[in-house]
Amino acid sequence: MINTILRRCRHAAQVLLMASLCLVATGKFAYAQSINEILITEGMNNARPIAVVPFRWTGNVVLPENMADVIAGNLQRSGKFSPVGLSDMPQFPSLDDEVDYAAWGDKGIDTVVIGNIEPAGVDQYKVSFSLIDVLRAQITGGESKSLVNGQLVSSFDHVIASREKLISGREFRQYAHIMSDIIYESLIGERGAFLTRIAYIVVRDRNTVELPFQLAIADYDGANEISLLSSAEPLMSPNWSPDGNKIAYVSFEAKRPQIFIQDIYTTARTRITDYPGINSSPRFSPDGTKLAMVLSKDGNPEIYIMDLASKRLERLTRNRSIDTEPAWSPDGKSIVYTSERGGNPQIYRVDLDTKRSKRLTFDGDMNLGASISPDNSHLVVVNRTQGDYHIARQDVASGDMLVLTKTFLDESPSIAPNGSMIIYSTLHEGRQVLSLVSLDGRFKALLPASNGQIKSPSWSPFLL
Amino acid sequence: MLTNNKFRTLILAAAATSIMACSSPSDEKVDDAEANNAAADAAAAKKAEEDRIAREEARVQKAAADRMENAEQMMRAEKANLVSMQTVYFDFDRSTIKAEFRSVLDKHAEFLVKNRGQQIVIEGHTDSRGTPEYNIALGERRANAVRTYLMNEGVSASQMSVVSYGEEKLAVMGATDYAMAQNRRGVLVYN
Repeated sequence: MINTILRRCRHAAQVLLMASLCLVATGKFAYAQSINEILITEGMNNARPIAVVPFRWTGNVVLPENMADVIAGNLQRSGKFSPVGLSDMPQFPSLDDEVDYAAWGDKGIDTVVIGNIEPAGVDQYKVSFSLIDVLRAQITGGESKSLVNGQLVSSFDHVIASREKLISGREFRQYAHIMSDIIYESLIGERGAFLTRIAYIVVRDRNTVELPFQLAIADYDGANEISLLSSAEPLMSPNWSPDGNKIAYVSFEAKRPQIFIQDIYTTARTRITDYPGINSSPRFSPDGTKLAMVLSKDGNPEIYIMDLASKRLERLTRNRSIDTEPAWSPDGKSIVYTSERGGNPQIYRVDLDTKRSKRLTFDGDMNLGASISPDNSHLVVVNRTQGDYHIARQDVASGDMLVLTKTFLDESPSIAPNGSMIIYSTLHEGRQVLSLVSLDGRFKALLPASNGQIKSPSWSPFLL
Repeated sequence: MLTNNKFRTLILAAAATSIMACSSPSDEKVDDAEANNAAADAAAAKKAEEDRIAREEARVQKAAADRMENAEQMMRAEKANLVSMQTVYFDFDRSTIKAEFRSVLDKHAEFLVKNRGQQIVIEGHTDSRGTPEYNIALGERRANAVRTYLMNEGVSASQMSVVSYGEEKLAVMGATDYAMAQNRRGVLVYN
C-alpha cells in the first residue's frame, strides 16, 4: 500500500468566475474550502507508469496553473496510472523529435506526455500536447511508414494523441482536465471523468454556527468549492440534472422537508414539492423531464415520479412498509429502490411499463441506497453485513455481490459518469468525510474535510 | 302576651298623634331639612351598597383572575416540566414505544387533553447508521408511533404535527453505543 498525498491546485481566477455566477439568496462565501488534498490509501501497486513532462513555456509571465501537475494528479487519482516524479525523468522534452525514446524505455516508462505553451495575445495562450507511445517509437524509430493511396507516407503512429488549442488564462485548469480526459480515453479505452464536479452537503456545529448546513459544489477532486446555499436547517440529497446545470435537493428551511431545484449558474431556485410528511430523495430521470421522489402524503413513504412540466405525480409503490431511495436505470425504463416489505431493507427494481417490482438483493442483513452503473452492468449499494455498513457492488447478470470498502459507516454512494469510480460518505476519525473507491475495488482514497462534516456526495454528469 | 302587644301599639299610636299635633308651619323648614337628611342618608346608603357590590365584584374578578393566572402559571409550570422530559428513545431500527416511556407520554397526553389549544411538533430522529434517506423514513415511523400513542390517549390529531429529521440533527456526535442510543429518539416540541 502506498500513501500518496497529491497537491491540489486551486485556480483563483476560476473560483472568482464561478463565484460571480453563483451567488445565491442565502449563499455565503464565508468559509474556506471544505475538502483537503485527496489521500490515496490503496491501489497504486498495479497502476501503469506514465510521465507527464512539465510543459515548456516560452513567455515570461507566471502561468495561472501548472498543467502537467493537474494532469498527473488526475491520472493518479483515476487509480489506473502511476505518474513518475521529476527526478525519475531522463530528460524534459517538449516536442516529439526531442524525445529520446530509448532513455524512457530504459526507465520502464512506456508512455510520455509532452507539451508546449506559447503566448498568443493578451491573456491568450496556445497550448499543444502530445501523448507518445515510447515502445512503438522504439520499434519504428519514430518514423513508421504506411501505405496511403498506394504511397508510402510517414504515419507517426507512436503519437497516440496530439492536440493544439488557444485558451485564456482562466481556462487553464479546465483545459488540463480536457487533456487528462483525452489521455485517459486514448490509453484506457473509456471516457475520462476529470471534467466533472461533485455536489455535497457540509454540516458545521449547530451550536456555534448560525447557518450550519451548506449545499456546495466543487471540481471532482474537491477543488474550486462554491457554496450554493447556506441554511439554519438541514439540507439533503443533492442530485444533478443530466445537463449538469441544475441540482435538486431537499431543504428543511420551512421546518419541514421540501424539494427544490436550483440552477447553479443563474442561482434561481424553484420549490417543487411541499406535501405533508416526507418529501425526499429527488432524482432526475436520464432525459431530465421527470423527477423520482419519495412522498409520505398518503400515509407512508412511497416512490413517485413527477413530470416536471405538468407537475403531475405518478405513484409507483403501494404497500405499508418503507419504500425509498429511487434511482433510475440508464435507459430510464426502470427504477431501483429500497424497500423493507420483506422485513429488512433490500433493493427492488420496478419496471415503469408494467409497474411490477422484483427483488434484486439477497446478500447481507440489509441493502440500501442503490444506483445502477452507466453501462447497466452493476448495482452499487450500501450493504450491511454483521452490523457493518460498506459500499458493495452486485453484478446485474450473475447477482454476485462484492464488498468494495473497509471504511466505517459508509453511505450515499454516487457513481462517476464513466462508471470507473464511486464517491461516498464515511466516518473517518469521528468525522464524516468523502471517500473514493474504484468500481473494481482496487483503488481507494479519502478526501479529508478541513472543517465540518461532509456528506451526501453526488457526482455530476459529463460536463463537456 | 296579646294584651301586652295591644297596649304597646296604643302607646305608639298616641305618640304618633302627638307628633302630628305638634306639626306647625314654623316647623316646615326643619321638616324639609329632615327630609333632605333622610334622602342624603338613603343616597349614601345606596352608594355604600353600590360600592360594596363593586368591591365585591372586583374581588370576585380578581380572585377569578388570580385563579386563571394560577392556572396559567400551573399550565406553564406543567409545560416546563413536560419540556424537561420531551424525549423518548428507541431501539435500533425499531419504532415501538418502549414500556419505560409510557408514563412520560401519558403525562404529555394528559396535559394536551386538558389544554386543547396546545400544539406540538413530534420530531423523529435516528442514529447515523444506514443511509440518510432510509433514516428519514425510519424517523417518520418513530414520530408516528409517538403520535398514535398520544391519539390513543385522547389527544386530538389537530394538536399534533410530525416531522422526521432522520440522521440530520444528531443529538450526540460520534459512533459510540452511547451516541447511537442518544440519537434514536422522538422529541415532543411545544409551540
